Parts: sequence; C-alpha cells; structure tokens
Amino acid sequence: MSEAIVFAVAAIIVLSGAVGVVVSRNPVHSALFLIQTLFGVAVLFVLQEAHFLAAVQIVVYAGAIVILFLFVIMLLGVDTADDWSVEPIAGQRPLTVIVGAALAGFGLALVVVASDALTGAVRSGGERALDNGFTDVERIGRVLFSDYALSFEITAALLTVAVIGAVVLTRKQLRSELLEDLEAASMDLPPAAPTDAGSDSAAPTTPSPAATTHDSAAPATPGNQQRGIRWN
Amino acid sequence: MIIANDPLFADPFGLPEVGVVLLKVVVAFVFLLVAVMFNIWFLRKVISDMQNRIGPNLAGPWGILVTLADGVKLFFKEDLIPEKSHRVVFKLAPYLSLIPAFLVFAIVPIGGDFNRTDGPDGVISVFGHDTLLQVADPPVGVLFFLAMSSLAIYGVMLAGWGSGSKYPLLGSVRASAQMVSYEAALGLSIASVVLVSGTLSMHEMVLTQAGPGFNSFVPNWNIIVTGFIPFFVFLVAGTAELNHPPFDLVEAEQELVGGFHTEYSSIRFALFYLAEFMNQITMGAIIVTLFLGGPAGPALFVPKGWWVGVFWFFFKLMLFLFAFVWLRATLPRLRYDQLMDLGWKLLIPLSLAWFLVLAGIQIGRDRGWSSVEVGAFALSFGVVCMLCGALLMMALRSARMQRLADLDEERADLDESSPRGTLRG
Repeated sequence: MSEAIVFAVAAIIVLSGAVGVVVSRNPVHSALFLIQTLFGVAVLFVLQEAHFLAAVQIVVYAGAIVILFLFVIMLLGVDTADDWSVEPIAGQRPLTVIVGAALAGFGLALVVVASDALTGAVRSGGERALDNGFTDVERIGRVLFSDYALSFEITAALLTVAVIGAVVLTRKQLRSELLEDLEAASMDLPPAAPTDAGSDSAAPTTPSPAATTHDSAAPATPGNQQRGIRWN
Repeated sequence: MIIANDPLFADPFGLPEVGVVLLKVVVAFVFLLVAVMFNIWFLRKVISDMQNRIGPNLAGPWGILVTLADGVKLFFKEDLIPEKSHRVVFKLAPYLSLIPAFLVFAIVPIGGDFNRTDGPDGVISVFGHDTLLQVADPPVGVLFFLAMSSLAIYGVMLAGWGSGSKYPLLGSVRASAQMVSYEAALGLSIASVVLVSGTLSMHEMVLTQAGPGFNSFVPNWNIIVTGFIPFFVFLVAGTAELNHPPFDLVEAEQELVGGFHTEYSSIRFALFYLAEFMNQITMGAIIVTLFLGGPAGPALFVPKGWWVGVFWFFFKLMLFLFAFVWLRATLPRLRYDQLMDLGWKLLIPLSLAWFLVLAGIQIGRDRGWSSVEVGAFALSFGVVCMLCGALLMMALRSARMQRLADLDEERADLDESSPRGTLRG
C-alpha cells in the first residue's frame, strides 16, 4: 500500500518534470525541471531498495551533468527567448505530433498486450538472487568487478581519453587564439605599444562562444588560461 | 526502507514510532538553528578578539543575542526583487541553498553510548523505543552527503543567474566551478575512509572507530587509520566547498561586491546567511564523524550514558568551528589560478595516490601478509609515487617553460615585423 503511494507521488514528480522540460520556454527552467525528473527517478530507485543507484543518480546526473548543462546555457547566453514562430526544420511540428502519438500508442499497446513481461513480475529465481545477505552496494561492486570488469575498464579508459582530448583541444585553441589576438592587436593599433593593446583584446567584455565552450567543458585548465592572459 | 539500520524500524512500524521520528527531526532542526545563532556570535566574538576589538556586546549578556537582533532587523528590511531578475528562480534559490544544508545534518550521529563493554552500539531509548541518536541512517550514508553538497551548488548558481546582473553571475560561475572541482578531492578522500571502514553508513563508521584502539590508549579513529593525509585533503577541500576563507573568491568584496547574493536583501539574504553557517556546522560534523570517531570518544575514562557521546561530539565539533574562525581571521584569499592549481594539481593526485596505498595495504591484510611485508610494500609504493610525482612536476615545468619561450619568440617576431607592416595573414 505505502509502496503504491510512494510510487504514485514519484511518478507524478517524474512525469510533470518531464513535461516541464519540453514545455518551458526558458532553457534554464527546462534544466530545473530535468533535475526534478532525476529526483523522482532517484525516489523510484530507493523504492526498489537500490539505494546506491539512487545516490549515484543524484551525485552524477543532478550534481555534475545538469550543472554542466546550466554552465553552457548561462555562459552561451541562449536563455534569451528565441523566436518561436519560426520552425527551424519545415514540417517539424506536425511530424512531432504524429511520431509522439505513434510512440504513445505503441507503449499503451505493449502494456495492454504484454503486461506480464512489462510490469516486472519477478522472474523465477529472482527473489533468491536478490536475497543473499549482501547490501546493494556489495552486490553492484561484485558484479561490476567480476562479470563486467572488462566493460568497466573500457569505460574508464574512454572517459580518460575524453578528458585528455578535451585538454588537448583547449590547449591548441588557446595557443592559436593568443597568436591571433597578438596579430590583430599589432595590425589595428600603432606599432608603439603592441603589448598594451594585446591585453585589451585578450579580455573581451562579451566572451565569444568558442572561448566559453572550453571554459565550461574543461575546468581543469584555467591555470593555463590565467597565465596566458597575464602574459598577454 | 531508507532508514534501515535504525532499530526503531525493526518492529512493526506504528504511530509511536512516527512520533519518535518527528521528535528527532524537530530536535535536530531546532538544534541546528540555535547552533547557527551561537556560531555566528562565536565567530564575531573570536574574530574581534583576534583583531583586538570588543565585538558585539550590546544585545544580551556578552552580546550573545546579536544574531537574533540581526535576524529581526533583516526581517523588517524591504524585500527587493530586481527588475531584470528571473522571479521564480530568484525566489527559489535561497531555499535550494538552505535545504541541503539541513538535510546533511540529518545523517550525522550526534550521540549515543559507543564505549559500552557489552559491545558498543550507540542505541538509545526514547520513551521505550530503541533508536539511534541521528535523524536517519541511510545505507548510502556518506554518499548522501556528497549528493546534498552537489545540490547546494544549485542554490548558488541559480541565485547568481536569477539575479539578472553581472556581479552575481560572475560570482556564481566562480562558485560553481570551485565547488565542482573540489568535490572531486572531497570524494577521493571520502573513498579512503570508506575503504578502511568497509561501510557507507555513518552509524557503522562510528562503530568501526569506537573501541579501545591500539594499546587501549591511541584511539581507533580514521584520522590515524587512514594516515592523516585524507583528513587534511578533506579539511582543505571541505573549506573550499563551503566557500569559506581563504577560498572565498565567490564573494570577494573587492572584485564582485557580494558575489552571488549581491542582489538579495531582507529575509532571502538571511536564508543564504543561515545556509552558509549551517553548512559550516554540518561540514564540521561530517569531518568529526568521518575522521575523529564522532560521538565515540577516546577510551580515557568510560562513564556510562548516552550524554558521553553527545559531549564528545560537541567537543570535537567546537574544535573545527574554532578552526574555521581562525582560518577566516588569519589567511588571505587565494588567487583564482592558485585555487585551481591547489585543487587539481595537488589535492586530487595526492588523495588518489594515497587511496592506492591504502588499497594495497588492505589487500595485504586480506591476504594475511605480515606487517613487515605490508610496510615494505607501502614504502616502495610511496617511493614510486614520489618519483612519478617528481617526473610529472618536471614535465609540467619544462612544458611551461617551453610554452613561455615559444610565445616570447612569437612576440619578439611580431614586435619586429609589425612596424614594417609585413605581418603575415
């Protein structure tokens, strides 16, 4: 009984958040609704006694990923309302309605036709597998580091590659930007004081999109940036 | 479900149990508010002593009611909402700061008798119901703390953005970058603690630290068991996470007016203020629980009763609250690049390497190595780590020199060529 109540409340939170993400006009509000949805999902995890997943859901998704979304939204300044009367792709809206209706119908049909397979009736042996005296953290740890050790390692390597790639990209960009700034400065201004002019153009009042992208994507390198600006 | 470790939920759950839970929540909340009140007074008094001033002395004896007077004043101030602010977000942000600050305190065990001879368990009896002296003990324990501290970022971030003006936005961008980067070091030092205590639950962490310890004199606390380094990393990263001096670039008055809460006034500002000091208390409480045994005192003298745990907890907490005030009064603010260097180039590699050492020792223990073997392993690993660190430092240094030299060269080229107007491109 109490499980049903918690499920209903969490489901309302999840669904209203999801609708809010799509409906709100301001991207920041969308991001906030996304957090609401993630929270609802975390509650559902707790309801299934997957405490660890719930905590990770909050730490990783709400704590890191949506923060990055917000960084990008705020720094790129896309929060100023776009012109909604123009369709970016012709025929997009009618198509959305059709596809959405089809998906909803498909889901509904699945629930009606194959309800047993979908509603999570416990498989035979499922109960036993869950109830072997370990907490969920221990169980996840065991599975992750034995059966799925290889995929775990590959994921780690992938993330490392992504981080290193980001660092490499920002470094190159930074270097060329500096040189561009220098060139631009010494072209525009009298040759008497090229270095002073450089410091002016290196600190633009409105950051260009390119500059802000690596700002938010790689907080690991502000040391370099700082150095570059000071040098300039 | 989520409060599984509490003996209160072992029996069928009825109305009296709900009453006990509500009582604990109310007590914790009231306690936290009162503690904030005294913490602010304490801060102002100690700082004024350190600066050779008298400090607040008018409201109440020794000025002890100064926070209350401030609160009343803030209540009656005009509540401004800037024209260009995003109203909903602007109003939401203070609560997003406050709620995580309170929720973290809910998982901290603040008392209980952990030095009993018949097995320490820290269970107390409230109106005939056995329970723990903490609001909730979720199985994910310390991860809950991490989750809440990552949510606290939203309060700061949305306050800055929702204000619709430049200083708050800059302050909040700084704050969130700082909090996100130091959370990594925070998490890694917590990982060391989790490794040695083998549990995530805060209550069980205190249990593993209770007991007589080595030679029944040196306590069995995690600060000693993990070898001090995670403690220091956590202390520094935690201070940065609080945006507390010397890491208060977030509200650097000389640069940013008031940082993310520049546009806030009246009661909304009071909420931010409250959240800041609440965070200080909860961070102190978390440090005490993770590293100093929480309510489990050293086994110097063992009187019976749950209040012994409460006494030890508050004694240790006060040490950290004083340390925070001390930091505020003495240290100058870091520069932004120093802040990021400290976080990413020192604390994270250090805590990561230390985590590996601890993991190695743990494996040695599981395999039944002798203490000499474990010591030899730890020593050789430490040497390898130090060598790697030195190599990394050299690489960083030479890369930096190379870069600067390259740029100098380029600049010299440009200086030479530009007067003649033969610049390429």
